[in-house]
Amino acid sequence: MKSILTERQLAITIDRLSHQLVENHLQFRDTVLIGLQPRGIYLSNRIFHKVQDLLPGVHIPYGRLDITFYRDDYKSEKGLQVPNETDINFSIENKRVILIDDVLYTGRTIRSAMDAMLDFGRPAAVELLVLIDRRFSRELPIQPDYTGRTIDAIITERVKVLWQERDGKDEVVLIA
Amino acid sequence: MSLSVKHLLGIRELTRQDIELIFQTADQFKEVLQRPIKKVPTLRDTTIVNVFFENSTRTRISFELAEKRLGADVVNFSASGSSVSKGETLIDTVNNILSMKVDMVVMRHSASGAPHFLQKHIQVPIINAGDGINEHPTQALLDAFSIREKLGGVEGKKVAICGDIMHSRVALSNIYCLKKLGAEVTVVGPPTLIPKHIEKALDVNVSYNIREALNWCDVANVLRIQLERQNMPLFSSLREYSLAYGVNRALLDSLQKDILIMHPGPINRGVELSSDVADSGQSIILDQVENGVATRMAVLYLLARKEA
Repeated sequence: MKSILTERQLAITIDRLSHQLVENHLQFRDTVLIGLQPRGIYLSNRIFHKVQDLLPGVHIPYGRLDITFYRDDYKSEKGLQVPNETDINFSIENKRVILIDDVLYTGRTIRSAMDAMLDFGRPAAVELLVLIDRRFSRELPIQPDYTGRTIDAIITERVKVLWQERDGKDEVVLIA
Repeated sequence: MSLSVKHLLGIRELTRQDIELIFQTADQFKEVLQRPIKKVPTLRDTTIVNVFFENSTRTRISFELAEKRLGADVVNFSASGSSVSKGETLIDTVNNILSMKVDMVVMRHSASGAPHFLQKHIQVPIINAGDGINEHPTQALLDAFSIREKLGGVEGKKVAICGDIMHSRVALSNIYCLKKLGAEVTVVGPPTLIPKHIEKALDVNVSYNIREALNWCDVANVLRIQLERQNMPLFSSLREYSLAYGVNRALLDSLQKDILIMHPGPINRGVELSSDVADSGQSIILDQVENGVATRMAVLYLLARKEA
């Protein structure tokens, strides 16, 4: 097991990603954040709070999206999952949506997420923010707009993002 | 995570974990049904046939909506107007439909055990939408789901099932479901409408006094008098039944607490339930119907990928 980001590096990376969002979206007028269930939520919570700190007094709509019912592997063994809560209590019509997930791997989750998101309206633009980009494993033409760390991992390796709230510590590790 | 069964024939075959998984899944479908676009594409490659050998309004529409909201293709069959009147058997009828590449069967039949019988002869998942006087599993699931939603849980809650217990598939499925979830159940009605030895067989309390049962319970599930299934007189008249066992405003006002009133429909207004009670704030009858779609979506979702 190899550490990719330590607790301190992870905090700095989240800071940087939040600043990049503010750099591109200034006052967050017409911009919304959507975290992907289940594991993207820990990252999106941190980003949301950080951006909120950087822009005091600005209302930033923040939702959580579950993509279980939109997966393309429903019929396969691992496809049947217990769904998580979707909570998007605002319209995304003509908004600039920033989708947030922890690891970008094959791109299929993001494909499902875009499908799911479109059921809530037609956004003006969609951007993708990920903590880890496994760049050589893509099965669909999907690329991130904001990346925490790009890594080259082979298929048998697994990237695991650990969060204090869930796993007891903040760290990103590569498991061989 | 998946169900321990390949078909939903009855609640009897389910485990508590199965029921809780169905509820957890239904919670999320309930959210889907609040969206502007109340539809997900999960079952877009699945074709489902609703085979109804017996009349139905709620169950049939509820299943059809659940299927459509999941993106499935839907075919409806009802016995009246079909070749059943020409003498075609159940197995032939269903196999002919299945040979047109249908992936799942939802069936209602007036004979108890019809889906259990069919299950041995076909290769796709079956959902029982009511078989004779045996079970009506999705009704029990939506009833328990509604109790869980209104009272925050089912465990330890007291539920009175009132009326025609003998001929009610809703009663049997409800008893199985509520007991598995840890609720206490009392069945109440005239002795002629309560099966003998039910206390021992199903571990429920029996009462012949509606006021006593309502004073005890948190929720009363009032059942319809099923005249179409009674082939001999079991009480003297509907009027007398209504006087002795009907749930009305005066009776509810005489209780020490407010209880929830449920009814699986269709209501015989003025017989088992008076109109003012059925339409009052204590009644969650229309919430039950609303929850029916989400609950059935959960069952379809969890069973559709199973090869029988």
